[in-house]
Amino acid sequence: MTKLTYINGLPLVLLLSGMSTPAFAGSEDVVVENAWSRASIGINRPGAAYMTVRNTGEDTITLTGLTTPLAVMPQIHETKTNADGVSSMAPADEITIEPGQSVALEPGGLHAMLMKLQNPMIEGETFPLTLTFSDGGEVTVEVPILGIAARGPES
Amino acid sequence: MQRRHVVQYGAAGVGAVALMLGVGWWRVDGPGAPKPAGKRPLRLSAMDFRLTDHEGNEVGPETLIGRPTMVFFGFTYCPDVCPTTLSDISGWLEDLGDEAARMNVVFITVDPERDTVEAMAEYVGYFHPAIRGWTGPANQVARAAEGFRASYERVPTEGGDYTMNHTASVFLFDAKGELVTMIDYHEPREFAVPKIRRALSEDVEGAT
Repeated sequence: MTKLTYINGLPLVLLLSGMSTPAFAGSEDVVVENAWSRASIGINRPGAAYMTVRNTGEDTITLTGLTTPLAVMPQIHETKTNADGVSSMAPADEITIEPGQSVALEPGGLHAMLMKLQNPMIEGETFPLTLTFSDGGEVTVEVPILGIAARGPES
Repeated sequence: MQRRHVVQYGAAGVGAVALMLGVGWWRVDGPGAPKPAGKRPLRLSAMDFRLTDHEGNEVGPETLIGRPTMVFFGFTYCPDVCPTTLSDISGWLEDLGDEAARMNVVFITVDPERDTVEAMAEYVGYFHPAIRGWTGPANQVARAAEGFRASYERVPTEGGDYTMNHTASVFLFDAKGELVTMIDYHEPREFAVPKIRRALSEDVEGAT
């Protein structure tokens, strides 16, 4: 009789954590984790991408914008839902991240809105997304494209 | 305190009172509380609109009566809230398993200009197969939204396109077409799924 316990979920967790490699900003101390996006239907509809932006440095950083060859107009947008349950979306203000803090771009909140797609977003592919910061620094992350019905970086 | 009641009314009485209070709290002040009067959707039998589903069938509120129903409003050019809600709903339906087959699940567009029957068909095809997509003339979409007390508004975006602000709640009706409750946008699954089960169980009670 063996006392070895096999944890079913563990290999999956390891596999998934290996899928999204954190991008390091060199001197910027910015780490982008768990980036993901949903596949698009054609190029007429805007896409959205999500990620966590972590400031591992000593200085406050400000995320000012996005660029990507995938979309002519990538912008950080924020979805807000009011007390009546009405959701609206608008360009977000500059996003300031204190040292040691992180900001989550996630469904229903902040997201990278990819307007005027140049190419369809195809499940299984990736695209580069560059985050620009107020000090002129840039961080580029490869964003995996998941299915249209994906709920998070691991689905 | 509990003990004194036990002495006065007996354990069964306390149990019944506690249950009633619990149910009352849930429905009036708790998570099951309805929206303030005026914002409350009509019963389905009091609504009047004619739309087309993603397979080209003529549909209306009466199509939904007879089975428990889940309805929400959105549009297929919506990058964040709508795919998120549709994937949330798909997840709830997966949790419900076979029970999901007893429900109507309808996504009504608030953007009929871009969301043709074909666009709806393609879009809903990516989510749970139970989800139906309804569209139609702008005035009929407006009447549907009015019945559900849902609101929507066209908002121009920088690039010359437009987006839609809209009610993102999910409406739940029982098989008789009475509103059971609403699920707020992004409500956690541990709250959403029991609410859906409630709509399903009221169906069973109604049938007996």
